[in-house]
Amino acid sequence: MSKMTPAQLAQLEARIAEVWEVGSRLGLRPFPTHFEIVPATVMYEIGSYGMPGRFSHWTHGKAYQVQKTLYDYGLSKIYELVINTNPCHAFLLDTNTVLQNTLVVAHVLGHSDFFANNAYFARTSRRMLDTVSLNAERIERYEFEHGETEVERLLDAVLSIQEHVDLYASDEEDEPAETPTARQPKPYDDLWRYDRSAEPRNPDPSPRRSRRRPAEPARDLLAFIRDHSPILDDWERDVVSIVRAEMQYFIPQIQTKVLNEGWASYWHARIMRELDLSADEHLEFARLHAAILQPSPRRLNPYYLGYQMLLDIERRHGERHLFEVREVENDISLIRNYLTRELVDELDLYLYERQGDELVIVDKDWEAVRERLIGELGGNQTPVILVEDGDYEGNLELYLRHSWDGRKLDLDWAEKTMEHIYRLWGRRVWLETRADDESRLVLSYHPREGHKQHR
Amino acid sequence: MFSISLTRDDWSLHRKGAIDQARHMQKVKEAIKQNLADIVSEQSIITSDGKKLVRVPIRTLEEYRFRFDPNSYPQVGQGEGGSKVGDVIGRVGPGQGPGQGKQAGDQPGIDYYEAELTVEELGQLIFEDLELPNLEEKRLRELESEAVRFTDIRKHGPFANLDKKRTIRENIKRNAKRGNPRFGELKNDDLRFKTWERDVKRESNAVVIAMMDVSGSMGTFEKYISRAFYYWMVRFLRTRYDHVEIRFIAHHTEAKEVTEEEFFTRGESGGTRASSAYQLALQMIEERFDPESWNIYPFHFSDGDNWPSDNDLCRRLAEQLIERSNQFGYGEIRQGRYTYQSTLMHTLERINSPKLVTVTISDKVDVYPALRRFFGPEAREVARV
Repeated sequence: MSKMTPAQLAQLEARIAEVWEVGSRLGLRPFPTHFEIVPATVMYEIGSYGMPGRFSHWTHGKAYQVQKTLYDYGLSKIYELVINTNPCHAFLLDTNTVLQNTLVVAHVLGHSDFFANNAYFARTSRRMLDTVSLNAERIERYEFEHGETEVERLLDAVLSIQEHVDLYASDEEDEPAETPTARQPKPYDDLWRYDRSAEPRNPDPSPRRSRRRPAEPARDLLAFIRDHSPILDDWERDVVSIVRAEMQYFIPQIQTKVLNEGWASYWHARIMRELDLSADEHLEFARLHAAILQPSPRRLNPYYLGYQMLLDIERRHGERHLFEVREVENDISLIRNYLTRELVDELDLYLYERQGDELVIVDKDWEAVRERLIGELGGNQTPVILVEDGDYEGNLELYLRHSWDGRKLDLDWAEKTMEHIYRLWGRRVWLETRADDESRLVLSYHPREGHKQHR
Repeated sequence: MFSISLTRDDWSLHRKGAIDQARHMQKVKEAIKQNLADIVSEQSIITSDGKKLVRVPIRTLEEYRFRFDPNSYPQVGQGEGGSKVGDVIGRVGPGQGPGQGKQAGDQPGIDYYEAELTVEELGQLIFEDLELPNLEEKRLRELESEAVRFTDIRKHGPFANLDKKRTIRENIKRNAKRGNPRFGELKNDDLRFKTWERDVKRESNAVVIAMMDVSGSMGTFEKYISRAFYYWMVRFLRTRYDHVEIRFIAHHTEAKEVTEEEFFTRGESGGTRASSAYQLALQMIEERFDPESWNIYPFHFSDGDNWPSDNDLCRRLAEQLIERSNQFGYGEIRQGRYTYQSTLMHTLERINSPKLVTVTISDKVDVYPALRRFFGPEAREVARV
């Protein structure tokens, strides 16, 4: 595969302008967008880190190796890579043809518009590229100061629970739920606010401890550990903060995967049809489009599902309604509000499971399919884990509860994860879940006594 | 408003991914090392020709997190129209465990990461800190076989080393340049001398005598374990030492020297007289491996089910062997069925010598510790005492 020539680059540049013009004429309002042409190695590196410049960790190296192998064997081609920032950053492969890259540009336009206008992205940091680089520098400094192994072990532990952050939790430490010395708010407190900054943050040593029992069970395991772990040093708390902040940034993308890809696919299809393409290019486009939207018998292709749902919405509610969907919905609400019996039949969606060595279709009922989709999408594939008590038995032990929704935990993995949490908490870790709908099951871990199950 | 741009930068120095990939590979290696005991006795390796790739499952590199039990719930898939309940949409290999890859429903049936490496790479990990113990310095015959090799040509040197052919050629060449291509008027400048290097070869002679019980009482498991041990021992010796001789003796009631191939493939039957093997080993040493110039390492693997009447003789012969050896290794394979100690182990252990090293193997995973007991740093500690 050869790199794009200067002539092809010029052609691509003209195409980009054309795509943008068509897009804005049709009502898209994207961020300003910067395209960068990169070699394949850089492309799959960015793909495996999620963003350029993120901190080093072997899990990223593992992802990189998978991507590289797939690419080397010609099994995968990263079609598009786009970063939610303002201006938006997108990457194009320098071995692609002009037509391939034009398609990618049209697709990226859809994403850029989605980032800029979907409600779930309203709170994301648009300067994340700078942030992750600074984070990576800090982590590198900690490696220098505390040793690579030490930092790696810490990251191993933090990353194991990175999904357990609360997007809507404030970044500030919670105010004490109830402290004996708390002042009653008075009407003119605001006037004296300048005064407060002079006060020590914790005038009394006991409130910190009492806050270890959250007033309401807390979803944000990372924040709780950062604020209340009995053992972490300041730099370790900072690493927890870094992982948490980066995850908060990625959550909306997890919440809207189907809708976002569907939206981008819908627009690349529409825009490409408006462009003045040669017959050969039309054919190449048709082939690529079909490959991107290829349904898969074993796993959900989010491009396909999202694209088909948007076409269906357009048919039933009109084009204008599409823009409303792109503004207010996420994957869960999209499925709940717009997946119909007819669509499940038309898309031939089904549930399958492993029976012996075979994968067998077990259900085609549309409501069953819908419920499973909701369970798999939008972050619902991660069990909800709540912090009940950070001072359990008055002994600073950490008591977690799995919020039961009828789905069993993988107990082996839960035990391994509890070992990671122990690294962060330093006291016995408890996890309450259920073996089935009726029976409660409590796990505990401490390295001295190992794993225990209490019924 | 400026809203789009396109650039191409130089990314050639960019290699963060490669660095983290290297770290990942290092962790893979560490994980393999932790699992060597399991891997060493892997049947597919022992029976392979040593060239093939070995797939090693690595569970420690799993990225653990809280997740739902992947086997309890069906996954969503998409057909091409007209699918029915009961349709089979795919298969998973029987060897694969339950579960999925990283993405839910991505690759049903694969729940752990596998690394691929060659038997040679695996060997390097296994042999990393193994060596022949107790190599006695004083008897380490540094056979300085001094070969002289002429390796260079110079203009100066002793006349005894004059290279006449080259000297004549140089003379003719010089004359030819002046238009008179013939030999004559020899000048110092024409002279060419051979110079040489002394090639000193140091040979520490060592011989390993591998004895194996192939009698009828040696079941599939016992034979498998002995072969697994010897397979790695032979690979280890060949990888590490250029000049180690390995002799193979198979015995039941009689012993005979066999080829390597026979040793690893042939099965026999009958009763057991270990003394026959020891006798043959002693004879071998007598005839070919003078203890003055050889480091000698006899090893014997058996189920210990020796004829009781033979035990006294065994002990006497073993004592003679130990006297002539740097280390005598005895491995006894006892799989569950016996609870008492065998007569042969009992007999040998009455010999009080630090050069006698014994192991008992009752499970596949004991092969690696046995290798380490005979050749590892621990063995050297013992030998030094």
